[in-house]
Amino acid sequence: MRYVIIGNSASGIAAIEAIRECDKQGRITVISDESYFNYSRPLISYLLGKKINREALPYRSKEFYKQNRIDLLLNKKATGLDLRNKDVLIGKERIKFDKLLIAVGGTPFIPKIKNSNINGVFTFTKLADAERIEKYVKANKAKQAVAIGGGLIGLKATEGLVELGIKVTIVELADRILSSTFDKKASGIIEHALEKIGCKLITSNTVEKFTNSQSHKVTAVILKDKKEIKCDLVIVAIGVRPNIELVRNMPIETNKGIIVDNSMQTNIKDIYAAGDCCELKDKNELIAIWPVAVRQGKIAGYNMAGIKKEYSGGLVMNSVELCGIPTISVGQTNPKGNGFKILEYFNKEKSIYKKIVLQNGRIVGVILVGDIERAGIYTGLIKDRVNAESFKECLLREDFGLISLPSDYRKHLVQEVSVII
Amino acid sequence: MKKPNRILIREEYCMGCRICEVHCVVQHSKSKDIIKVYKGEGAKPLPRVIVEEKGHISFALQCRHCEDAPCLEACITGAMYKDKKTGAVLCDEEKCVGCWMCIMVCPFGVILRDVSGKKVASKCDLCIGEEIPACVKNCPNGAIVCQENK
Repeated sequence: MRYVIIGNSASGIAAIEAIRECDKQGRITVISDESYFNYSRPLISYLLGKKINREALPYRSKEFYKQNRIDLLLNKKATGLDLRNKDVLIGKERIKFDKLLIAVGGTPFIPKIKNSNINGVFTFTKLADAERIEKYVKANKAKQAVAIGGGLIGLKATEGLVELGIKVTIVELADRILSSTFDKKASGIIEHALEKIGCKLITSNTVEKFTNSQSHKVTAVILKDKKEIKCDLVIVAIGVRPNIELVRNMPIETNKGIIVDNSMQTNIKDIYAAGDCCELKDKNELIAIWPVAVRQGKIAGYNMAGIKKEYSGGLVMNSVELCGIPTISVGQTNPKGNGFKILEYFNKEKSIYKKIVLQNGRIVGVILVGDIERAGIYTGLIKDRVNAESFKECLLREDFGLISLPSDYRKHLVQEVSVII
Repeated sequence: MKKPNRILIREEYCMGCRICEVHCVVQHSKSKDIIKVYKGEGAKPLPRVIVEEKGHISFALQCRHCEDAPCLEACITGAMYKDKKTGAVLCDEEKCVGCWMCIMVCPFGVILRDVSGKKVASKCDLCIGEEIPACVKNCPNGAIVCQENK
């Protein structure tokens, strides 16, 4: 059996592990267009802010590829697929596959901004981005930056730049930062903390144009309201879209992402997709987060190796610490419409905010800011669709724990499942 | 002696004395000396066993070392790993950056933030190297017991 995996991040590596669990003999080739043997993408903001060094970046050790007997092709970009002959094309080179996994992740979305083809304008999703930014900051003694987009990537980049002593202005189209996962109060806490460390926030606004120096370096951004913000570099972090470039104009079905069924197979037999590049059929689920990418990669790997496993859908969630404040958001945090009950605890002085969203007695969403202890219990209740009506008074208590749950469910949790190690 | 590989919680025997917590703290301290740890060694390590109590019900809870552990999938650094020999789920604190993804997904809520030094996820390691985990060994009531893997 010849397995080919395009992509060497969360999904690709999880697939390797799953395949090797069931098939010790098959040949596995991994193709990556990056030069680094593997690294954890979310860590690039830690690297930029010098919180970790390069040695801490690998997600799996170098021996991992040896131990699993992987043919690792670095710096090679898959340019096309020959479906009839089952070949992956790398320029003129061809690599045969029996089973293929496309795990190429997402691509940062770059909006149309006038004069964007100048130096000092970066995206921030890959190690090479972090390296380029670091170099540019040093070479140009950058003092001020603009981050376009107040989502996770924009804010993590901001944090990294602040650590380097750079003043950052965040420009966000919505009326607040983190608008897709947080509500107003939660956003407010982080906004306040960002301002405290010297960041400037501009909301309900957008960048229309860049201005540059004679040496083609960015010198300022011009906002929609014609206001000018001087800067030495810009991070564009509007969002990430599934990377479907490879399968464009091919019989492989796509919508926003590459469409897969619950075995992670595309509409073409033996071709699978997982992670940020794929979209779940019918549900149109598209959740670009690490745990989902790993899960999907694993499921794809098992199925490619002939072990039937189903992906049962994921949950939108994220954990991110910003300005030293830990935050977690899970599920529907900002529900629209009727039928939702909200439980809240807010301590402004301590920057602690907790919100539980209930629907028909079940928890469907959680936001935790400042105090995230035991957060996973809520996530478990959401996943297991447990009716929380009988213990909802306990949900926001300081001593909330498994003991607050109905005893039969608690016993099922601690004594029945997965205790054997 | 075979390493015990299953910790069972028997809440009907737990009286919430928190002796397990004390011994967990000592086991994960520098000196492993109970007096020194509590009287002068400086900051105590976090207990990795959580004692929950409400009315007459109480139990001690530590990582279940799940077979299909959600924390393993959520870990962005690869710090969380499954020990091949024992099957224990362990956190390589060197590698951990304190992103708290594991805390977000652990349905038992048994991973804690340790922010005393470098931010790391703190969890039960089954007292690596010990024959029996300290909490089990020191529970006076048999409310947490080891069972060998069948």
